[in-house]
Amino acid sequence: MEVGLSHYLTVAAIIFSIGIFGIFLNRKNVIIILMSIELMLLAVNINLVAFSTHLGDLMGQVFALLVLTVAAGEAAIGLAILVAYHRNRGSIAVEDINMMKG
Amino acid sequence: MTDLTPDLMTILPELVLAVGAMALLMLGVFRKEDSFDLISTLSLILLAVAGGLVVFSTQTGETAFNGQFTNDTFARFMKALTIFGSAVTVMMSVTFMKRRQIQRFEYPVLVVLATLGMCMMISANDLVALYMGLELQSLALYVVAAFNRDSVRSSEAGLKYFVLGALSSGMLLYGASLIYGFTGATQFDAIAGVVANGSAGLGLLFGIVFVVAGLAFKVSAVPFHMWTPDVYEGAPTPVTAFFAAAPKVAAMAIFTRVLVEAFPGVTSDWQQIVVFIAIASMVLGAFAAIGQNNIKRLMAYSSIGHMGFALVGLAAGTAEGVRGVIIYMAIYMIMTLGTFACILAMRSKDEGQVEDISDLAGLARRDKLMALVLALLLFSLAGIPPLAGFFGKFFVFVAAIKEGLVALAVIGVLASVVGAYYYLRIIKIMYLDEPVQEFEQTPREIRLVITMSGVFVLAFVLFARPIITAAEAAAASLF
Repeated sequence: MEVGLSHYLTVAAIIFSIGIFGIFLNRKNVIIILMSIELMLLAVNINLVAFSTHLGDLMGQVFALLVLTVAAGEAAIGLAILVAYHRNRGSIAVEDINMMKG
Repeated sequence: MTDLTPDLMTILPELVLAVGAMALLMLGVFRKEDSFDLISTLSLILLAVAGGLVVFSTQTGETAFNGQFTNDTFARFMKALTIFGSAVTVMMSVTFMKRRQIQRFEYPVLVVLATLGMCMMISANDLVALYMGLELQSLALYVVAAFNRDSVRSSEAGLKYFVLGALSSGMLLYGASLIYGFTGATQFDAIAGVVANGSAGLGLLFGIVFVVAGLAFKVSAVPFHMWTPDVYEGAPTPVTAFFAAAPKVAAMAIFTRVLVEAFPGVTSDWQQIVVFIAIASMVLGAFAAIGQNNIKRLMAYSSIGHMGFALVGLAAGTAEGVRGVIIYMAIYMIMTLGTFACILAMRSKDEGQVEDISDLAGLARRDKLMALVLALLLFSLAGIPPLAGFFGKFFVFVAAIKEGLVALAVIGVLASVVGAYYYLRIIKIMYLDEPVQEFEQTPREIRLVITMSGVFVLAFVLFARPIITAAEAAAASLF
């Protein structure tokens, strides 16, 4: 069996769904949410690179490199905000993020 | 080696903002003493220069960097609006930040960087450029939301905004990758060329849905509005004012550009989605605001509702609808800035900054001007003629009716009637209830914003003509 475009797309879709479920079903720790976000972005990269080779067009790979860079910046800012939050609240459990409701 | 000069001339306003922001950052770091005032003033000058370059630019309709970036009339109009909104917020922030002891110079620099991201986003003519602008804007906004880093509320607002914002950029990106895969192009006009035949395949449709979901999050339209009330309440008030004004305009601009420029061939497909989120936003904005006691939370629901009204114009999908969106966003931004200036002026002599609606009780007896302007702004937000807000709604509804979306327009009018209730309740509290709080003297710059926005909503009828003409030219450049 040859591994074709649809296999890559399926894997990417599965990883993307794991990422989304990780954000919504996780009730424990914000770090897990950060990991889920990274998973989503990685799924996108698989998609982009698979399409890029399939189409024989370089743009997708350029896009994937940009996404990698931005993902690193995003993780850095997310962790920084998380540190600030932990210093104020003393906890990073998801169920404790509830100061504002309504 | 190709000559870069024409490209650089096209992005001159963005270039000024980028280089200026980095220079200000350096200046702030290397100065020993407190440099908040200096950096704020310099940021205002920087924004003014960039705004001037956008308004008086002689190049229109040019693209730069192999078509990644466009500088059409639409982009120039929306960029001028965004830069104006950012400049007003920087001006309104100075006194508040000092009173709260968070006068760090990074704040104006971050606002300038977010503005740069918004300008890149408005001018994006390609999915890659769109993503870059969107992320630059979002990353700066996550940080300013958590700017009061010693407050639990502010850092919680930043955390929530970050998590949901990253989720939405992930969805947008997944959609972008599908669109790229199924059309083989990332540039909007090239995508439009591929999907011109009028039927979108399943893969492409998925792509459009994901991109719309990501953009709906940025304009805080239902069902992606969950972050709005919490972030508005938790973030420092000037930051909330910023969130409610400039980023909304920029996000609505790119929302319009993506749908109208890249997918004109499949209008009927995305029209259904936009109609749904417009109705949901208008209805939720009208009903959920009724029970609120915190005025910043109330403004959050109000802005969700207003985004719904603006999307009515986009749902029409015509040049007239886009003109309606542009006029609506211009009016919305000025009304919001004025209202937030009033909220910033709610500083009690005993308790410091207050945010409850009940604190406005009897304001009319203490401060006649502020009560009058706030009442005018609230009437205008409710859409009562002859104030500015009425005309915003009028243009989008007319465009929707001309396209046969009568049900959408009727629901919109009903939602605005329901919404009028909570605006009128605030006016009743200001004019009829017994005073409880005495407010401190309002700073000069905030008083200026309050007065100017009052004059704008009241006298919009008189100078509406040039604004409408400019919006018409801007809308025409997209078609």
